[in-house]
Amino acid sequence: MGEKTRLGRAKVFLTFGFPALFFFSAVVVVPVIYGLYLTFTNWDGISQVKDFVWLENYRAVFADGAFWQSLWLTIRYVVVSVFLINLLAFVLAYLLTSGVKGQNFLRSAFFTPNLIGGIVLGFIWQFVFNRALTALGGSIPFFANTFLGDPAKAFWAMVIVTVWQYSGYMMIIYVAGFMGIPRDLMEASGIDGCTSWQTTRKIVLPLMAPSFVICLFLSIQRCFMVYDLNLSLTDGGPYNATRMAAMHVYDKAFLSREYGVGQAEAFVLFAVVAAICITQVVLGKRREVEA
Amino acid sequence: MTQDQTGRRAGPGKKAGALVKTVLLFALLLLYMAPFFLVVVNAFKSNGAILKSPLALVDPKGATLDNFTKAFERMDFLRSFANSLLVTVASVALIVLISSMTAWFFVRYDWKFNKLFFGAMIAAMIVPFQVIMIPLVSIYGGTLHMLGNPYTLIAMNVGFGVSMAVFIYHGFIRSGIPLSLEEAAMLDGCSRLQAFFRVVFPLMKPTTATIVVLDVLWVWNDYLLPSLVLSNNRSAYTLPLSTYSFYGAYTVDYGAIMAALCLTALPVILLYVFLQRQIIAGVISGAVKA
Repeated sequence: MGEKTRLGRAKVFLTFGFPALFFFSAVVVVPVIYGLYLTFTNWDGISQVKDFVWLENYRAVFADGAFWQSLWLTIRYVVVSVFLINLLAFVLAYLLTSGVKGQNFLRSAFFTPNLIGGIVLGFIWQFVFNRALTALGGSIPFFANTFLGDPAKAFWAMVIVTVWQYSGYMMIIYVAGFMGIPRDLMEASGIDGCTSWQTTRKIVLPLMAPSFVICLFLSIQRCFMVYDLNLSLTDGGPYNATRMAAMHVYDKAFLSREYGVGQAEAFVLFAVVAAICITQVVLGKRREVEA
Repeated sequence: MTQDQTGRRAGPGKKAGALVKTVLLFALLLLYMAPFFLVVVNAFKSNGAILKSPLALVDPKGATLDNFTKAFERMDFLRSFANSLLVTVASVALIVLISSMTAWFFVRYDWKFNKLFFGAMIAAMIVPFQVIMIPLVSIYGGTLHMLGNPYTLIAMNVGFGVSMAVFIYHGFIRSGIPLSLEEAAMLDGCSRLQAFFRVVFPLMKPTTATIVVLDVLWVWNDYLLPSLVLSNNRSAYTLPLSTYSFYGAYTVDYGAIMAALCLTALPVILLYVFLQRQIIAGVISGAVKA
């Protein structure tokens, strides 16, 4: 249905294409390009003038020990959380597709934390760690002092809440994967004398590869960019022990007013996440098979 | 929905196994729900009772609604709720409207320009917000003075939301909507816009539902972008923002905070009770397509 005239084509473009492209360009394209420019300046967020400083900010990024520390912390947090999220989600999905009574209700219920934003979830768990668990401290000494006051335990507090939240989300994606496995294939393997472990390993896992790719992608991306939960649960504390990379970037720009350095660090963070996600997807796709 | 995935015949051992599974799952569910349960229980207790025994089910002096009235007033709940509603409805409606149109345009018009922008949108889907937030504040706050009102926030939500929505619609239109339908409508005298809204758009209902679910959950709960855009205008605060500032002001008033958290979570939970099937379906198809 190609338009014959220039005018006709312009009309179609203006009605159908322009609005979305306008907002997309104004909010994403222009800021990304402008952000790239900002990394070469020493803007402080207030003054009208900014000087062009070439690669000074990138040198500052490499010298910023706190940034690399927060990035390393984030990577450890991502590895632990992503592993536990997907393990728990997969097991839950397996159990919730095996014909258990009330499985639809259970699926919906496990998803519930994902309806609520990270800010509220963080506050809820702050109460759990600071008040409820410490109240158990009389009988269980392990809980006597709040997790959030101890640098090592605060890390695990972040992991616990993250796993609690996202395991329900990834579970429903795995459930969809399980439901997509043809029933006759499972029956055939049973008739051929496969043990249930063999069936799981040789049939279920390969057919679930697409679900793994999606869930790993989503959980890696979300954990890497964690901010809301970090802010409301620990606010980076105690003693900066849980200051994740996204929070570091925010503080660098908006609190220390080093916009150029903060922006450069944001790009470094993006590069790391993109590299990991793309590798994961490429490796995962290779394992996909047709039913 | 109920199906036996292992493909074995049910026997007595199987039955016992199913019972163990059920008990295990419900025990785990209790553990999952415990934080919510604690918050709800404590919202009805006085601050003294919470400090004394946070795990007790009821306040020995009887349940109280004081926490709720306090949180409701001090958090300016009605206004924050109205702000959240306006921002969410307007953002999601605009995203659905313009993304579906642009996706159709990208599918039907094979221009180089369109391919370029479609590629840019796919790339944008993995760009984290942290990369954009600093220039965004710098351009629209520092230079254009557009921050502090909900319309800027809506416009920005739309800008962020369109890439994924266009991508999902694009996939659906390319594979699911035959060109001949539109041509027939236009032969019958429809204009191009009429053909789109009367023929194409109604056919995309399942896709629209997916996008609405994903975007409502995102916009309603979003904190970082609204905090940057609305920071200097309390009267435009959305629910997550007023919850955050309420928490900061009443850190030691646990009862009021528990009530505030209940109030903030309540609207989505209520929606979920009625629309859980659609919401779950939306999350699944969104994850699979994007």
